[in-house]
Amino acid sequence: MSLETIVREQPTATEPAASPARRRGAVAFLRGRTGHAPVLVNAVRVALVLVWLGSWELAARTVVDPFYYSMPSAIWDKLVIWFTEGTSQGTIWENIAVTLEEAVLGFVIGTFAGVVLGVLLGRSRFTAEVLAPFIKGANAIPRIVLASLFVIWFGLGMSSKVATAFVLVFFAVFFNAFQGAREVDKVLVDNARILGASRWDLMRTIILPSATSWILASMHVAFGFALIGAIVGEFTGADKGLGILINHAQGNFDAPGIYAGMLITTVLALVAEWLITKLERRLTSWRPQPTAQAAGL
Amino acid sequence: MTQAVTQPATEKSIAISLRGATKRFATKDGAGFTAIRDVDLDVAAGEFVSVVGPTGCGKSTTLSLVSGLEPSSTGTVTVRGEPVRGIPDGVGYMFQADAVLPWKNVLDNVAIGLRYRGTDRKQAERRARDWIARVGLAGFEDRYPHQLSGGMRKRVAMAQTLITEPSLLLLDEPFGALDVQTRELMQDELLDLWSGSGAAVVFVTHDLTEAISLADRVVVMTAGPATVKDVVAIDLPRPRRVEEIRLTPEFTELYRRVWDSLREEVEITRARGASRVA
Repeated sequence: MSLETIVREQPTATEPAASPARRRGAVAFLRGRTGHAPVLVNAVRVALVLVWLGSWELAARTVVDPFYYSMPSAIWDKLVIWFTEGTSQGTIWENIAVTLEEAVLGFVIGTFAGVVLGVLLGRSRFTAEVLAPFIKGANAIPRIVLASLFVIWFGLGMSSKVATAFVLVFFAVFFNAFQGAREVDKVLVDNARILGASRWDLMRTIILPSATSWILASMHVAFGFALIGAIVGEFTGADKGLGILINHAQGNFDAPGIYAGMLITTVLALVAEWLITKLERRLTSWRPQPTAQAAGL
Repeated sequence: MTQAVTQPATEKSIAISLRGATKRFATKDGAGFTAIRDVDLDVAAGEFVSVVGPTGCGKSTTLSLVSGLEPSSTGTVTVRGEPVRGIPDGVGYMFQADAVLPWKNVLDNVAIGLRYRGTDRKQAERRARDWIARVGLAGFEDRYPHQLSGGMRKRVAMAQTLITEPSLLLLDEPFGALDVQTRELMQDELLDLWSGSGAAVVFVTHDLTEAISLADRVVVMTAGPATVKDVVAIDLPRPRRVEEIRLTPEFTELYRRVWDSLREEVEITRARGASRVA
C-alpha cells in the first residue's frame, strides 16, 4: 500500500502538469525511496506502531480512564467477539456486506453519472455556461445533510444510503471529468477530425482517454466519500451496517465498539484504494511509470 | 519541371484554390485580429508548394482554411472546385505539435485513420504494418509514443496521415522541432513517399532552405496580416536529395531570390517585435 496515490491526487485534481519534480520528490519521500533499505524502513514502521499501541495500552491501564479512551486490548476483544459471536445486528459479515453494498452502489452510479455529465458538459460550452451557477450552488450545499432528506424520501432501507453515497461521489467525479474533458489538447481533436473521426469516435478515442487520468484521480477520493455516505446514511436510521454498529456503540458508551467499527471501515477503504490503484495502472499503462521516475531520482 | 509560375496549367487539375481569402479572429477587446487578408493561391494536383513568411504571420491560418477546420471570414476557398464546408475528402494534415495519441501504441496510432473511416480491424492493421515499415519503424509497433524519440514520433504522425492516402497534403512546420540531421532525413523521406502519390502538397515553414529544396513553387507571404507577396518557381530537377541539392549554385541563386523578397517582411516583423518590447 503506497501513499503515492494520495500525494498524486491533489495536484492532479487541480493542474495535472504542475511541478512534476516537486511531486516526484514528495512521492519519493513518502515511499521511502530516499536511499534506505526497505527492510529498515519497514522495521522502523512496525516499531512505531508497537510503541504507539504499547503506550496507549499502558496509559489506559495506569493513568487515563479506559471507559472513555478505551485501549488496544479491549478493541481487539471487541473485534474477536464481533467476528466469532456476532453483533447486536447479526453477524459482522452481514453488516460489512450491507455497508459495502451501499457504498459500492453509490460509488458506481455516482461515478457513471459524474463521468457522463462531466464529459458532456465539458464539451458543450454553452450548456456549461448556462448551468454553471446551478452546479456551483448544488456543490455548495452541505450534502451530508441530504442524508436526512433521503430517509424521508426513500425510507430506512438501502436506497437512502445509496442516494447519500451517490451525491457525495457524483460531485467529486463530475468536476474532474468536466475539467478533464475541457483540457483535451486541441491538436489531438483537430488531428482526429482530419483523420475522419465522427463525434462518437472523438468522444471514445480522444476525449474520454484524455480525461481518464483526471477521472481516476477523483475516484480515489470518491470511494472514501461513498463509504462516508453509506455510514452517515446508516447513522440517520437503518437496521444493519457498520454505521448503525458505531451508532449503537455510541449510544451504549461502548468506546471499543466505536474504534472497532472505525478500524473495519478503514480496512475497507484501504482495500478499495488498492483496487482503484490497480485499475488506474491498467488504464494508464501507456504512461511512463511514476515508480520508475521516482526510483531514478 | 515546367510549372507555370502563378497558376497551374489547366483549370481541371486545380486541387486547391483560394480567392481573396481573409480570416479575422475575434479578440477580447473587440477589435478583432486579421490573420490573413486577400490571399489568392492555386495549387495543382501533384504539385508541391512551400509557403514561407515571417514568424507568426498567419501561414498556419491558410492551412486551417483549406482543411476546413476554420471557415474563412470573406473570400472563397475551394478544393477540387468545391467550396470548403467542413473537412473536405482526401485531406491530410500534419501538425506542428505532436498529434499522435499518447494512449495508443504505434500500430493503433497509424491504423486509427482507417478505423475512423470504417475499415475493419484486420485490414487496417495489415496496412498500418505496411506503413510503419515504410517510415522505417518496423519492430516498434507495440511501443507507446512516450517511448519514442521526437523524430520517431514524427514518423508515426507521417504514417498516420499518409495511410489515408490524401490527395491534398497540408504540412504545418512538421519538422520544426527536430534536430538538423533528423530534419534532413525526414525531408528526404517525405519526398520519397510523396513522389508518385499525385498528392497536392502545401508545406508551411519559416526555413527557406527547407522550402526551396522540397518545393515546385515557393510562396512568400507578407508580414501579418499575411497576403501573397511573391511566388518563385523552383526548377530544380527531381528526384532530389535535400543534403546535396542545397550545395548547387542554382539553389544558391534561388535562395537569394526568395530571401530578397522575404527579407523586407522579416524586417517589418522584427521592427514590430522591437517596438512591442520597447
